[in-house]
Amino acid sequence: MTVDHRQQHLENVRSVLSTLVYPIQYVVNLPVAATHWLSASFVTRSKLLEENERLNQEQLKLNSRLQRFAVLEEENKRLRELLESSIELGERVLVAQLIEVDLEPFRRQIVINKGRNQGAYDGQPIVDAGGIMGQVIHVGPFSSTVLLITDPTHALPVQINRNGLRAIAVGTGQDAILSLEHLPTNADIHEGDLIVSSGLGNRFPRGYPVGTISEINFVPGEPFARVSVLPSANLGKSREVLLVWPHDQIQKQELNEVAAKE
Amino acid sequence: MIAKQHNGGWVIVVSFVIAIMLTAMPLPEWASNWRPSWLAMVLIYWCMALPDRVGIGVGWVLGLLLDVQQGTVLGQHALGLAVIAWITIVSYQRIRVYPLAQQAFIVCMYILVFQFFNMWVRGIMGIPSQHWSIWLPALTSMLLWPWLFIMLRDFRRRYHVY
Repeated sequence: MTVDHRQQHLENVRSVLSTLVYPIQYVVNLPVAATHWLSASFVTRSKLLEENERLNQEQLKLNSRLQRFAVLEEENKRLRELLESSIELGERVLVAQLIEVDLEPFRRQIVINKGRNQGAYDGQPIVDAGGIMGQVIHVGPFSSTVLLITDPTHALPVQINRNGLRAIAVGTGQDAILSLEHLPTNADIHEGDLIVSSGLGNRFPRGYPVGTISEINFVPGEPFARVSVLPSANLGKSREVLLVWPHDQIQKQELNEVAAKE
Repeated sequence: MIAKQHNGGWVIVVSFVIAIMLTAMPLPEWASNWRPSWLAMVLIYWCMALPDRVGIGVGWVLGLLLDVQQGTVLGQHALGLAVIAWITIVSYQRIRVYPLAQQAFIVCMYILVFQFFNMWVRGIMGIPSQHWSIWLPALTSMLLWPWLFIMLRDFRRRYHVY
């Protein structure tokens, strides 16, 4: 147990065992998948039309925002070139589906249906439509286990979007609360501030939303404020998640491929 | 002395697979704290019925599989299951002759031991789990034990597992 906790030698054993366990999880997931499939195939026509309409409008809105975004991206690139700093764009993503199995109730973990065969790796960031969800902690050949940001053992380097103040967001074990650690009581923070990932630590890509500050408590006599954050990702609700390959990870993989060819 | 012939090993394997499936089955949030320790119960049954076939080694391997499925540190459930397999093997001659209700109570005690080891390992890993609800699985396991016992016994007799 100590070996597994402290070192990574047993990852291979776990990966092999996970191949044995995968069929069991697959079978357990079948009824859930069947229900989703059934409800998807028996929707009424009017409902589909309605949804289509809604999606069209949403796409229109997003597209118009994207146009501005493209201009801003170019401008940002130009300014960065002026400052001679590196550009961190161009991430690769892959959609993965949740396998609905229950894990230990004391930890916040999920299982997804993409594994090493699809290129997932240990420590890979996972996001959904709302923001950062967590990171991969065990990779099997066909499935991987994801540690959510709300797990009490998970910490994530973040910054406040408004003023760039850096902090660490630690999970609390409760579904809808993260806490910002070690922020002094006179820090410039307000309820409703958007928290984004800061990219320090080289694990999560920069600039993905993490959550918004929901509550600030100043406890007299304590050096730090108690700051709660409401995660913006749909933890516990989304069925589809995105695996993200950050830019430097892609470069590393390409370098490895080149090295393997030579 | 002639070695005893074994029969019907697949029944044991299938029962363990079903137990792991029941452990992984998604339940609503309020019910997941009440989920009985299926694998521990089935293991106790087979250790009791066939102590010469199912023992500490089987418990350990099953525990490793459960660890991978549950995403816990390798060895957490393995330790707990190996310990309750050992207790059962030491005491199977007494438990076998107990009436069902008393058996259920003993099983409740064993599951408490299992949960205690789980809590202990989690505590060492720094995952807080001091909530009283961690003891609920022992209660539900106790209530379900008579049915599980009768079901597994009938299966064992029908398929001549020995």
